[in-house]
Amino acid sequence: MKKITGIAASKGIVIAKALKLMPLNSAVLKCSIDDSEKECKKLELAFSKAKSDLQTLTQKTLENCGKEEAAIFEAHELLLDDPEIRQRAESQIRAEKVNASYVIELISSEFASVFDQMDDEYLKARAADIRDVYSRVVDHLEQRVRQDLSLLNEEVILIAHDLTPSQTASINKEKTKGFLTNIGGKTSHSAIMARTMEIAAVVGLKSITESVEDGDLIAFNGESGEVIIHPTDEVIKEYKIKLENEKTEKQSLQLLKGQKSQTLDGHRIELAGNIGTIADLQSLKVNDAEAVGLYRTEFLFMDRKTMPTEEEQYQSYKDIVEALEGKECLIRTLDIGGDKRLDYLDIGDEENPFLGFRAIRICLKRIDFFKIQLRAILRASAYGPIGIMFPMISSLRELLEAKAILEEAKSELRAKEIKYSDKIKIGLMIEVPSAALISDVLADHVDFFSLGTNDLTQYALAVDRMNESVEELYDPFNPGLLRLINLVAENAKKKGVKLAMCGSIAHRHELLPLWIGMGFDELSMSPVHILLTRQVLRSLNLQKCQQMVSGMLKLGSSKEVKDYLKIKK
Amino acid sequence: MEKVVTILNAEGLHARPAAVLVKKASSFSSDIQIKTSDKEVNAKSLMSVMTLGLKKDAQFTIVAKGDDEQTAVDEISKLVEDKFGL
Repeated sequence: MKKITGIAASKGIVIAKALKLMPLNSAVLKCSIDDSEKECKKLELAFSKAKSDLQTLTQKTLENCGKEEAAIFEAHELLLDDPEIRQRAESQIRAEKVNASYVIELISSEFASVFDQMDDEYLKARAADIRDVYSRVVDHLEQRVRQDLSLLNEEVILIAHDLTPSQTASINKEKTKGFLTNIGGKTSHSAIMARTMEIAAVVGLKSITESVEDGDLIAFNGESGEVIIHPTDEVIKEYKIKLENEKTEKQSLQLLKGQKSQTLDGHRIELAGNIGTIADLQSLKVNDAEAVGLYRTEFLFMDRKTMPTEEEQYQSYKDIVEALEGKECLIRTLDIGGDKRLDYLDIGDEENPFLGFRAIRICLKRIDFFKIQLRAILRASAYGPIGIMFPMISSLRELLEAKAILEEAKSELRAKEIKYSDKIKIGLMIEVPSAALISDVLADHVDFFSLGTNDLTQYALAVDRMNESVEELYDPFNPGLLRLINLVAENAKKKGVKLAMCGSIAHRHELLPLWIGMGFDELSMSPVHILLTRQVLRSLNLQKCQQMVSGMLKLGSSKEVKDYLKIKK
Repeated sequence: MEKVVTILNAEGLHARPAAVLVKKASSFSSDIQIKTSDKEVNAKSLMSVMTLGLKKDAQFTIVAKGDDEQTAVDEISKLVEDKFGL
């Protein structure tokens, strides 16, 4: 048995076997071979193995997902059967006496790049299919093990150096009980997504990939950060009890469904959910979210070769808005850059990506890009209440520019007689201290503020939220940060704009009295926290919360704030 | 054996029409090529056919050489004229 502790990223008790995530495929080298006939035989075998993989995959997908998804692998089979690549490969192997993997990779990427350059969106997308199909052949040639995260047979814990947001999104929730990574912090994107998806996770474990082998039994606690490799029977028993308790707790929270989100003295606020894709709507429903306080649109843009068209974006936004059945949805415009990159948008190398070309800064430079998204959101507003918010605003000029582009998008739609709602609300994310300091001025131009406290904390405290060595400085109890938030709250109240928060401190129970006392109208969080927050909220008293804010404002250190909140509670 | 045909499908010769054509061509033993003004590709290769990117009203020549070349040209041209049965 070995016990290690990492950063608790997403709560949950898990006991399951480890599955290591392979690093991305390494490059295939060109080698010369003696026996070209033998190499051709190897190739033939790899093709037939790849074919049988695809047949299994089609069958499994048909059972687990549906016809439409299964058709993808049927199409892959058709590509694999294509005689052109195979014939060319065989003749090149014979003529040049080189290894099959190299030849297949070369020829298939030639084909893929022809497709890449086509105008037609459909054909362009086939490039990825070709690469995928033939990398399957190369995997067999090189005897590389291929991992299909969406088609796992047994319950596992994923072990990886790091998970990209797209890898996290492709996780099969039924089978993946949790994940453990070497790097990352509480607010890195994979951690945030794990909370939304309700998958337990511990990150920042430094060398978990070296300490664990595939199939090792692991028990971990996503709330404390404790990870136990090869647990003893005693520990397993202990974890099973915890697992039972967790279930009971979940059941008791279920009783809060349908209850009002209000304090003892009847002060009501909205408890909303943060979402990234339509798949998250399930969790909103289960946890009784009253609205969507943050819809992160960037997932629509990630993991593809070209930007989604207006039509595609419109469909996605409309699907979500319609599914919300009249609940308000605050949509954040593209927040790319920082730790999120797109293949088709070259940002260039940056020394400090979080202080660099990101979010609204990109959108204001790439107006073509930005307007497509704005038109798509506007069109979706005809189907339900929408608020649109701009991320990373640091000055009045940026806000006014973004609003002017929104107006242009509106008039373009009017000219084409395409409908949108004129009740669409406009807001901005308060994430940069300069925006917080002039929030009284900014309030004159918007309907709502949403405090993106993950970034606001990192910018106000000058702490890189991805850097583990300064993680303890990333401190939501820091009085400087709390005063800054209070200033924004006061300005919002003075000007009568709606005040919302969507960062991960929105659900911190110790801080909840402050948010209530400051007058937040909406707190938006990973849906999994909503019911518990409602439970805490229902034990608070508004007047007392307001007094706690005044008291807190006089304090000078995090420790004082923490102690004060504990005593007053 | 060869014959000139015109694509009538609105979406051109890609996706489903291309797949239908390739399937048909593969059922013959003859060597079958699709010839356009600037390219000539193997009609049994889906990828090659799709790379032509032929749109509606585009013309191409079906060229078949082999034992069943007559039937191949007849049946493939009929398929194109029938909009691939789609």
